[in-house]
Amino acid sequence: MYADVIPFRHMVWLLAGLALSAAPHAVRLTWWIPVGAALIFAWRLYLSWRQKPLPRRWLVIGIAIAGMVGVWFSFRTIFGRDPGVSLLVVLLAMKLLELRSKRDVSVLVFLAYFLALTNFFYSQTITTAALMFATVLLVTASLVGMNAPARPVKANLRTAGSLLLQASPVMLLLFFLFPRVQGPLWGLPQDAFTGVTGLSDSMSPGTLSSLSQSDAIAFRVRFDDQPPRRNQLYWRGPVFWTFDGRTWRAGPQRSRENYRFEAIGTPVSYEITLEPHNRFWLFGLDLPARPPRNARVTADYQLLSNVPVRSRARYDLQSYTSYRAIDGAEPGELREALVLPGTINNPRARALAQGWRNELKTDEAVLAEAIKFFRGGSYLYTLEPALLQRDFVDEFLFDTKQGFCEHFASSFAFLMRAAGIPARVVTGYQGGEINPVDGYMEVRQADAHAWTEIWLGERGWVRMDPTAIAAPMRVDGGIAAAVPQDNALPLLMREQFDWIRSMRHNWDAVTNQWNQWVLGYNPDRQRDMLNRLGVRQTDWQALAQYLFWSVAGVLSLTALWLLWRFQGGDPVQKAWRRFCAKLAKKGFARDPAEGPLDYATRIAPSLPDKAAAIRDIAGLYAMLRYGRNAPPEQVAQLRQRVAAFTP
Amino acid sequence: MTPMLQRVLEYSQLYNFLNWFFRRHAPEPGVIVLTQRRVYVLPTRQGIIFAIALLLMLTGSINYNLSLGYVLTFLLAGMGVVSILHTFRNLAHLAISAGRVDAVFAGDTARFHILLENNGSLERYSLVLFCRSNNAEQATMIDVPAGLIVEAEVPLRAERRGWLQLERITIETRYPLGLTRAWSYVQSDMRTLAWPKPDDAPLPPPKARPDAGDAINTGAGSDDFFGLRTYTPSDSPRHVAWKASARGEEPLTKVFTGRAASEMWFDYEDANLAVLDREARLSRLARWVLLATRDGIRYGLKLPGVEVPLGEGKSQREQCLRELALFEFDGERA
Repeated sequence: MYADVIPFRHMVWLLAGLALSAAPHAVRLTWWIPVGAALIFAWRLYLSWRQKPLPRRWLVIGIAIAGMVGVWFSFRTIFGRDPGVSLLVVLLAMKLLELRSKRDVSVLVFLAYFLALTNFFYSQTITTAALMFATVLLVTASLVGMNAPARPVKANLRTAGSLLLQASPVMLLLFFLFPRVQGPLWGLPQDAFTGVTGLSDSMSPGTLSSLSQSDAIAFRVRFDDQPPRRNQLYWRGPVFWTFDGRTWRAGPQRSRENYRFEAIGTPVSYEITLEPHNRFWLFGLDLPARPPRNARVTADYQLLSNVPVRSRARYDLQSYTSYRAIDGAEPGELREALVLPGTINNPRARALAQGWRNELKTDEAVLAEAIKFFRGGSYLYTLEPALLQRDFVDEFLFDTKQGFCEHFASSFAFLMRAAGIPARVVTGYQGGEINPVDGYMEVRQADAHAWTEIWLGERGWVRMDPTAIAAPMRVDGGIAAAVPQDNALPLLMREQFDWIRSMRHNWDAVTNQWNQWVLGYNPDRQRDMLNRLGVRQTDWQALAQYLFWSVAGVLSLTALWLLWRFQGGDPVQKAWRRFCAKLAKKGFARDPAEGPLDYATRIAPSLPDKAAAIRDIAGLYAMLRYGRNAPPEQVAQLRQRVAAFTP
Repeated sequence: MTPMLQRVLEYSQLYNFLNWFFRRHAPEPGVIVLTQRRVYVLPTRQGIIFAIALLLMLTGSINYNLSLGYVLTFLLAGMGVVSILHTFRNLAHLAISAGRVDAVFAGDTARFHILLENNGSLERYSLVLFCRSNNAEQATMIDVPAGLIVEAEVPLRAERRGWLQLERITIETRYPLGLTRAWSYVQSDMRTLAWPKPDDAPLPPPKARPDAGDAINTGAGSDDFFGLRTYTPSDSPRHVAWKASARGEEPLTKVFTGRAASEMWFDYEDANLAVLDREARLSRLARWVLLATRDGIRYGLKLPGVEVPLGEGKSQREQCLRELALFEFDGERA
């Protein structure tokens, strides 16, 4: 006798929840999928509103096949992240056209849970999590509605909410104690990690200035002690050796078992939390003393991870900010650091450098001349440099005279090579800002920087930052201080928006905690946390045991609470039940069909010294239970007497 | 068995099962409280699909290192587990008692009214009641608000005449998520009478015998209007003088005298019934009883070993039908 049709108001909420689960994907998928899905949603809503029959089966199957073929034509495959998500959305829309009975609702709701999960392939921010909770709440309420059709939607939402709330202790325990495995268990689809920003493996004009528009955090640093001064904060990334006149590339990467440098002074210790960028390199302060676990160091002091950084990585480092870098100076390597692209291009720069070489005796003197040239050349450091044509070094040095750090670094390295001094370009980040809220230093994509290193024999590879020479404010005061006011900078980096900055700092601190504890919670972190809690054994068997007992404990507490709350109800009945239980324990159980007075009459003789109390309680109970009203003071009296009663 | 062990066992499902298996087939009288150990909980098909979906989600989260994937998976897992408690709580401690049920003719459907009493402070949602021979459409879905008694109806078709014992009722719920099903069995001692199905042969009832009827006018009858008197509760509503009563303060009853010579005896051994077997004869007799009652005839019923004296009206009909229903009934008569 229960109707199996989904009422319109339930349908509206169900469709809203399903749409919310698919909505975040709408902007990422090929245009026809969200458009088609939206049409089908609207169609289904219309059918439910007008109580019209669903489309014929062959039509639904036809649309489904068309959808799958469409996915194949859009991606040329049905495997992988984007095609997989597309297929899920197509499937969800198809199932809507097959949504006949309440039983189909559960399938749709499970699909929506899946879609909510796939959203994390693209984003795992706090906002995404909030959206996920909203989606789960909404579709779960629909599931409740299916099982309690008569109730208002608001009550269903409340039930779903309380279910989720009661589930959260279990969720937390499972999250922190479930034995973590470092994935992947099998190969990941090729497109799993596209669209992440960061430095690239080559540098041409515009590479870094495009990054400077981004507020995104590249990594966060927690220093054990005072952070070094700002002009020492050179975070080393990819190093480039070969130059084709426009683009710098890495050249062969030689890794060293025992790389050499001479440390001066005391090291700085810090911990880096690196955002995933899908590349191998890790960042460290010039120069890292030794590589972190699962990473190595190349001859040009790059830190390289053994696997691409596809999830947020955390590692501890020690660096010496004063050093003598003497590795990477084999004859072959030095020769490579002198190679210039063909002979035709950039003649003016070559002539200038060769002039210095001819006039001056030592490398140091040439270097001093070059510094003088950059300092006195009235170069403009700008995010919007004029467009450069073929001989970009010449045009930058002598004509436009405005550029971003990649212009300065490549021109300087070019000049040095032309003058016979081995030079290479280093990219990475420069600077960083302490977040006053949590004390973490935040290094953003906009801090991307390029500088040079030149080989000065005895002194080894020496860092020369031509940007700092031409525009000292870049290194001392950050990018905002160095560029002209009318340049487009990320909002965060502009000085006049202090309040936005402080808000952003708070938000970033929250995000950082989120990253540290939620997203960055990996096997290492799990071991750390358990050790800090005093747990020695952290193998998976031990974890499984802790997990089992703690979840069992939490569930028993939840059960007690849930059942205790519902036991509430009539206090008179409760007292009577307690009284009967006390007697039953002594072997005087009440017959189920026995009335209170009969019961008392029957057992009173067996307990002569308690007979009066038994009759009293039974009489009081009968009066309260079957009488016209139950005055509260008499109810209290009954409870007291039952409590005091011992058979 | 020590009392302690006994008590532990009493709270286990095993005890419950053994009890049921070995002796608990007998109907239970009075109020049946669905105590904790009478309520069984198992996952539904949806629940199993849900668990498989969660396993897939967990594998995906591990493979792709999705921290939020873990959060979502574990949240849903926790929700699934907590929902078991909710399902259980939605059914446990409900008190069930027998309500009203009317007698029916064999072949018709009896409607057993079951009273569900919710003593707790939480509303119970979507309880489904059905008995073994019910199909899906006959199941009843009902909500029981906190502190109230609600009546549910369990239909049961009477296949043959005699006592119709209510079958074992299953009372189940899948609230709130449909992932688990909590259910309990209730074997109530409710029963009702199934009268023989009146046949529909185009035959008139036997003619009244000429010697029947009151020979002299001795007072009360039902044919000629005699006057009015004060209403007493046993008077037939057909004889209440509605118009006259409306004028006065107390209801009045029309008094009739005389009675048509229409008295009949319906006899199992009647020559007209000789060709019929037992059940067909009872059906025919049931039909005569109904026709006679409709026409206001005084009649009596003779069955081998049983005789219902002359009478009329509803009570006579009930008594005759009851005798017909229980005639040579193989079950107990009481």
